[in-house]
Amino acid sequence: MTSPKLGSVIEWIIERLLFLCAALSVLTTAGIIGVLALETYEFLRQVSIVEFLTGTEWTPLFSNQKFGVLPLVAGTMLVSAIAMVVALPMGLLAAIYLSEYSPSGLRRIVKPILEILAGVPTVVYGYFALTFVTPLLQRFFPQLSGFNALSPGIVMGLMILPLVSSLSEDAMRAVPRGLREGSYALGATRMQTALRVVVPAAFSGITAAFILAVSRAIGETMIVAIAAGQQPRLTGNPFVPIETMTAYIVQVSLGDTPQGTIEYRTIFAVGMLLFLMTFSLNLISTWLRERFREEYA
Amino acid sequence: MRKHADLLFQLLSLATLLVALAALGALVFDIFSDGASRLSWPFITNIASRNAEDAGVYHALMGSIWVIALTGLLALPVGVAAAIYLEEYGTRSRIARFIELNIANLAAVPSIIYGLLGLGLFVRLMGMGQSVMAGAATLALLALPVVILSTREALRTVPGTIREGSYALGATKWQTIWHQVLPMALPGVLTGLILALSRAIGETAPLITIGALTYIPFAPDSVWSKFTVLPIQIFNWVSRPQAEFKANAAAAILVLLALLLTMNAIAIVVRDRYQRQGRA
Repeated sequence: MTSPKLGSVIEWIIERLLFLCAALSVLTTAGIIGVLALETYEFLRQVSIVEFLTGTEWTPLFSNQKFGVLPLVAGTMLVSAIAMVVALPMGLLAAIYLSEYSPSGLRRIVKPILEILAGVPTVVYGYFALTFVTPLLQRFFPQLSGFNALSPGIVMGLMILPLVSSLSEDAMRAVPRGLREGSYALGATRMQTALRVVVPAAFSGITAAFILAVSRAIGETMIVAIAAGQQPRLTGNPFVPIETMTAYIVQVSLGDTPQGTIEYRTIFAVGMLLFLMTFSLNLISTWLRERFREEYA
Repeated sequence: MRKHADLLFQLLSLATLLVALAALGALVFDIFSDGASRLSWPFITNIASRNAEDAGVYHALMGSIWVIALTGLLALPVGVAAAIYLEEYGTRSRIARFIELNIANLAAVPSIIYGLLGLGLFVRLMGMGQSVMAGAATLALLALPVVILSTREALRTVPGTIREGSYALGATKWQTIWHQVLPMALPGVLTGLILALSRAIGETAPLITIGALTYIPFAPDSVWSKFTVLPIQIFNWVSRPQAEFKANAAAAILVLLALLLTMNAIAIVVRDRYQRQGRA
């Protein structure tokens, strides 16, 4: 047996070690911000921040270099918007069905299948978008180019759907039974109860799920890298090839760009912008979910 | 009228669910019909080749296994320790709240950002190069939030009376955690770890970003070897215009999915076995 004194010293050391491991997550965040900020700072010494944020041409890999990030942002927004048009209504309806209508037997079968949908690697979705969805869409839209924003957008929506439906369903199931029973007692149908009582009561939880979904879409990489093309273009046309911020980072990483060059630094500057966008969305989502939890604590 | 609207709405909701399931069905069908005929034993044991018919996934499969095994070794101790701290020690302190919030946010950071961190920190600053070690360290950081969250859930299922019984016998806090709480939580911890790793094994973007190569004609033989992984090989093949390489990509996807299914099956077996032991 160790002496009591030595024992308490060991306990103290162990607690510090455990704390260090927990604190590693804070260091990770600090590391991300540090690495991105350092290279972005070097980048912004060569390119003015006004040109970077407001320029409408992005050609760092051509001899006539232009560093306007807007075409990449537009590409990201376009694909994400298409994904949201698919994921938000479908995810919400699926959640309403699972939470308010579905017999529990069906729920037990459908939930794991939706989880499989969420667990498929994104590179597989990219393959699906390029070799299945794009040719399928081309039958309806002959003007659709082989690389486009539409097909990866739709597939990304399918990928994000389980996230939306499972988080929204959690929020709806947290709504107290009494509210539903009150509504039924007044003669409301299940649809009226779902749309006018449950969804509004779970509103902040559902909004949190939606915002998280947007953040996921903005950061999604492989589907767009495979199926959307590599042509930065300031457009809202979903039929033509575009490039997203994430796909640009992949494109440069695949090449042999030497460290310390301006081309190398562009991926960190684009990454910084991507990080700031997703991080602020995540913070809003977390804040909304906390608020929702307090409402029904 | 109201009843009709209700029925219509119910059918609409059910239809969206079915569309989602049909999409999954189409995806599986598409990949099987493209790739099943290409799948063969030589496809597993051959290395990459410029010739689509001779190409195989051996080097990429081995790379994936190396990277994932090392990722697990790195993420498990750190993730479990962090979860123990948050769940058993610092639950109410302000700094623990801050760490929790930070982990929740990290879990939603795009994976490609972790790739940029790995490139700046592990590959360049720490001089690991484009090695298995750099890839595993990057993926370990990516997997940590998931491991921490699932470990905390597993720790929470251990009843408080177990801890109190242990304290009553004079055990210290750490003795209680190490000898009583952790063994009981172990199945949940391992299941969480395997699920986190099965997400990591499909990751492509962070490894491309740290510079894992798309063409490597050998399997890794140490943690400092250069490497490629299955998802990168799939991406490489799908990016080529020729149909034969697309078929290779589909076949490689089948290999990746088989690997994923195996890991999930292991997770289920582990959970079942320990649960039965726990009851006996």
